[in-house]
Amino acid sequence: MHEQMNQWDFVVAALGIGVVGTLVLVGWTLWAMVRAERRRDRVRGK
Amino acid sequence: MHGFANPARFLRLARWLMPLLLVPGLILAFGALAWGVLVVPPDRLMGDTVRILFIHVPCVWLGMAGWSMIAISSIVELVWRHPLANIAARAAAVPGAVFTALGLATGSIWGRPTWGTWWVWDGRLTSFLILLFLYLGYIALASASQRDMAAGGGASRVTAIFGLVGAINIPIINRSVVWWNSLHQPPSITMGRSSIDGTFQWPLLIAAIGFSLIFGGVVLARMRMLLADIQAEARLRRKAMG
Repeated sequence: MHEQMNQWDFVVAALGIGVVGTLVLVGWTLWAMVRAERRRDRVRGK
Repeated sequence: MHGFANPARFLRLARWLMPLLLVPGLILAFGALAWGVLVVPPDRLMGDTVRILFIHVPCVWLGMAGWSMIAISSIVELVWRHPLANIAARAAAVPGAVFTALGLATGSIWGRPTWGTWWVWDGRLTSFLILLFLYLGYIALASASQRDMAAGGGASRVTAIFGLVGAINIPIINRSVVWWNSLHQPPSITMGRSSIDGTFQWPLLIAAIGFSLIFGGVVLARMRMLLADIQAEARLRRKAMG
């Protein structure tokens, strides 16, 4: 008996992982950049 | 090229270039994905799973492009000792690793309904998994070398040599489907030739351009972050020494 698979489940899973992964990478990078530049400016101001 | 050896000049460029890459990149990438999901018809053989390729292919391309950037920056660092080359290589490592992991995950999800298996130890998949391990090794080495540099050592050259040696894996990944029998199909796009129908090729091309712009924007943001860390550490060291 053949296993029945809904192809859309795989499409949604792959696109979900890809989109969320990309957005997390962009958001985390921007947050880390802003934090590092603020720290540098604080150190300069001391 | 040495004009950008001055961090202030580079930062001026990066400040306006970074959003110019990120914003159109996000619009193009997610627009192409929506096009691939909502407009493109199912493929005759793959059915609806063809839509996974609109994210899988750009991720795989960027995994390989990221290491190529590390290798080129390593050459520039070792030969010309450009001060930003080491920072550029380190900035490409994390996004390269993320896109490699996403390429592996989306490829595995595509493989299950198409090949009937999540994973096979063939040349293409194994060499791409090795690329992920190379990235993790590079990130660990770069982090250690940053601490060593802060202590006055010269370990960054070891990182550059590792980046150069790891580049051997890139042509292996590229040619693996030609050299060894594989479940993975042979290259669909080669120099000047494509076996992909235009219906699928255009959204794929736009997705690849969009994700490449995102990658460029993320690399610039990480270079700004690394430069800010270096400048803050240098300032603190100078103060500590009086």
